[in-house]
Amino acid sequence: MSQLPQEEIEKVRSILGREPNETELGIFTVMWSEHCSYKSSRIHLKKLPTKSDRVLVGPGENAGIIDIGADKDGHRYAIAFKIESHNHPSFIEPFQGAATGVGGILRDIFTMGARPIAVMDAIRFGPMDDPQHGDRNRRIVTGVVEGIAHYGNCFGVPTVGGETVFESCYNGNPLVNVFALGIFRHDEIFLGQATGVGNPVIYVGAKTGRDGIHGASMASAEFTEESKQKRPNVQVGDPFMEKLLLEACIEAMHTGAIVGIQDMGAAGLTCSTCEMGSRAGTGIEIDLAQVPQRETGMTPYEIMLSESQERMLLVAAKGREEEVFAVFRKWGLDAVTVGTVTDTAKLIVRNHGELVADIPNRELADEAPLYDRPHGVAAYRPAPMETPKFASKDLNADLLTLVASADLCSKRWIWQQYDYTVRTNTLAGPGGDAAVIRIKETGTSVAMSLDGNGRYCVLSPREGARLMVAECCRNLSVVGAEPVAATNNLNFGNPERPEIMAQLVEAIEGLGEACAFFDTPITGGNVSLYNETLGDAIWPTPVLGVVGLLATAPPVTIAFKNEDRTILLIGGRGSSPDSINETRFGGTKYGKYVIKSLWGLPPALDMDYEKRVQKATREIVRAGLAESAHDIGDGGLAVALAECCAGGIGAQVTLETTLRPELALFHEGPSRVVISTSDVAAIEKIARENSIECARLGSTLGVGAAARLQVSGNGTVWIDRPVSQLREVWESALENLLAPDKVSPVHG
Amino acid sequence: MRFGVVVFPGSNCDHDAWYAVSQNLGQSAEFIWHDSPNLNNVDAVILPGGFSYGDYLRCGAIAKFSKVMGAVRKFADEGGMVLGICNGFQILVESGMLPGALLRNRDLRFVCRDVTLRIETTNSPFTSAATKGQMIRVPVAHGEGCYFADDRTLDELEGEDRVIVRYVDNPNGSLRDIAGICSAKRNVMGLMPHPERASDALLGSTEGRVILQSMLQSLVIK
Repeated sequence: MSQLPQEEIEKVRSILGREPNETELGIFTVMWSEHCSYKSSRIHLKKLPTKSDRVLVGPGENAGIIDIGADKDGHRYAIAFKIESHNHPSFIEPFQGAATGVGGILRDIFTMGARPIAVMDAIRFGPMDDPQHGDRNRRIVTGVVEGIAHYGNCFGVPTVGGETVFESCYNGNPLVNVFALGIFRHDEIFLGQATGVGNPVIYVGAKTGRDGIHGASMASAEFTEESKQKRPNVQVGDPFMEKLLLEACIEAMHTGAIVGIQDMGAAGLTCSTCEMGSRAGTGIEIDLAQVPQRETGMTPYEIMLSESQERMLLVAAKGREEEVFAVFRKWGLDAVTVGTVTDTAKLIVRNHGELVADIPNRELADEAPLYDRPHGVAAYRPAPMETPKFASKDLNADLLTLVASADLCSKRWIWQQYDYTVRTNTLAGPGGDAAVIRIKETGTSVAMSLDGNGRYCVLSPREGARLMVAECCRNLSVVGAEPVAATNNLNFGNPERPEIMAQLVEAIEGLGEACAFFDTPITGGNVSLYNETLGDAIWPTPVLGVVGLLATAPPVTIAFKNEDRTILLIGGRGSSPDSINETRFGGTKYGKYVIKSLWGLPPALDMDYEKRVQKATREIVRAGLAESAHDIGDGGLAVALAECCAGGIGAQVTLETTLRPELALFHEGPSRVVISTSDVAAIEKIARENSIECARLGSTLGVGAAARLQVSGNGTVWIDRPVSQLREVWESALENLLAPDKVSPVHG
Repeated sequence: MRFGVVVFPGSNCDHDAWYAVSQNLGQSAEFIWHDSPNLNNVDAVILPGGFSYGDYLRCGAIAKFSKVMGAVRKFADEGGMVLGICNGFQILVESGMLPGALLRNRDLRFVCRDVTLRIETTNSPFTSAATKGQMIRVPVAHGEGCYFADDRTLDELEGEDRVIVRYVDNPNGSLRDIAGICSAKRNVMGLMPHPERASDALLGSTEGRVILQSMLQSLVIK
């Protein structure tokens, strides 16, 4: 069992004025775990922007909420969204770990009254072809994807996008970050507050078992050899139960008899009781004998700390319990009064009347020790500044290597296992720059993008975090959406090591600066620390989810649509030697897969220029001037062009550049978007008005078997491949990597 | 016309079917709860997709025992039109209202993507507004959609012109590429693909609408 450090036990003694008993100590241990209390990150998280005119509920609740406008009758609508990690459980038990990660974030959304309408996942694994860990990594990939599919598909929420990345640093510590978003009216918002002294506290949903005890504490510790024995700490999910819970909760909320509600996630009954009491400044008194139990002989300690899934705690208006019970009966779910709201500001837990815990709510929920952990050293950086010598032997082969790489290949094998069309709102699903979900009620749509880049962040956590914000906002702009708010998932190593803590602080500061600049306040999120196995930390991996708004319309997508269209590069070629150079090439996918090295710094970002590019892109897309639009990201211009061709239409592109071909084709300088159009003049005008470059690259050419991607630079042919070959390699790579034995060896 | 959409615990395409009928087709649609003993005099019934009762045991295996299915069976026996989509097809098969079984997909994975279907016959109230051989682009989203029956049953289905739609690009290993079939009396149809998800131009395809429109047309003529 995890233990509180000695000084924290002292603090517990002083809060209670006596020795804690075993149950109380267990309660403090989970509530003051890193996972629940954010004790290492909280003082730095205060640096993040959290407010705007649209933000209705910011950090501190189960999810952030923003206003998205009114329907034609004047009812105002809002969306709730949040991202959360399930990293540690997904390593120990990939299928259930990932499945319950989806379940947990969905409850965070509907506990606020919102109906979940979209899920996205940012998942990171060790390489599938890792000589030592490849077998295990492939099993984890398969298990995580099946787990996400199992839960989301059955629950009936579309999984509409995300990202999948492979790096050796995730060999012993995969990352599973799940984002969910829900919709409701302003007058349907519920908060996790236990208000109204004398009101009944009602337990609803699945029965409590011994699963997941101390999951939150496990998620707050490094992995050791013993960690694999913690499989019983991983919860087991039942998406059918969750679907019933969703429908029952929303129906019960509509009765008007519910005053507050919170899901039982990490730290289960403990967390939901003390947090609801703390937020309302009230006390809660419960008797565990009333709690529906799946197993016999459970101790108070086990009941309080169980992380059994699909459970909620709600506070009803006194005298209206029966209205709530009737709804849950209809859905075949347990609903039992387990206690009452009191005026003592204390969490009082009894078991068959016998007092087993007596703790002040606020001190327990909100006064965990905060640490300003030492970080006055250089952030850990396992890479040199010097550029290794490199020279391409064959640019065509380099492009094929990149489109066949695990990071850049099509993820169709993954997202075809997710139901991304259920609920009939998906205007743009997986595989695009951003997902777009229409809101039937309002005539507006919500676009969302998830992004992270551990490779950039390990070179510079601050610059990497800023690039991540820019990338997400650019992804939204490409589909015509205005970025309005964000949620973040900070995945880092052990914060007790100053060089790791320095990564965390720098990343938060970079994130805060960029989110303020791009007007995307952070409305909530999750911090996952101690992502280390046997002393090896993951790279600093902040992941950001940004949501944006646009008028509902047929979406603009990546693939070229017609021949003989002009291909434009909004933002220009980025040929300034100050920003595009070999040092800034060290974090690229070309560096990773072709040069097989990591060095230097991430691409340079000019935030002011980036913002103008995004604004111009939105204007172009919204005016219907772009037949296709694609943000240039990982893999640079050449990979972006290959992706634009994947629909079967070729391209002929000419670059005039002072850059060497590897850089010209594959540098990952931000602030660039590829557009195909039949109205060049109108787009160039918008570019001029926004003081940004707009380069004519060439034209779309050839369809079907005749389609080729041809890129010439300074009069030399650099790339010339049939589109059919690029597409075949791009689409089959993931499946081949997952089943290396199935690929027949090539013999001469 | 009034369409009834049955809601089982775990149905999750109920709202999509309701939306397609009421908003895309402009007809009246209402939900029917799983423990309802009657169908409230609707003109046609849709059993929607989802995971009824968690699909515990086998897909559709528990739903067949629900109270509403007694009413659905009676409705069908009297000639009423019943359309089962995805989980609804599985329920019809489990209930014995349609022959065969739906097994796990050939690749043992859930598959969500657009498929092309060929309309094999217009001799059904579900395809009377289509043309024979018409190709329609419709999404599938299922883990257990591999249609299976013994050869005699398959021959019988084909001999009686009861294979309504076939996959052009079979996503799940269904025998003889069967995507949807109808009952001997032709008033009960089940199919794995989701016509209700291809009924709204904004979503990229309205080619699934022809099935709902055929039902509507058949009701009007009747």
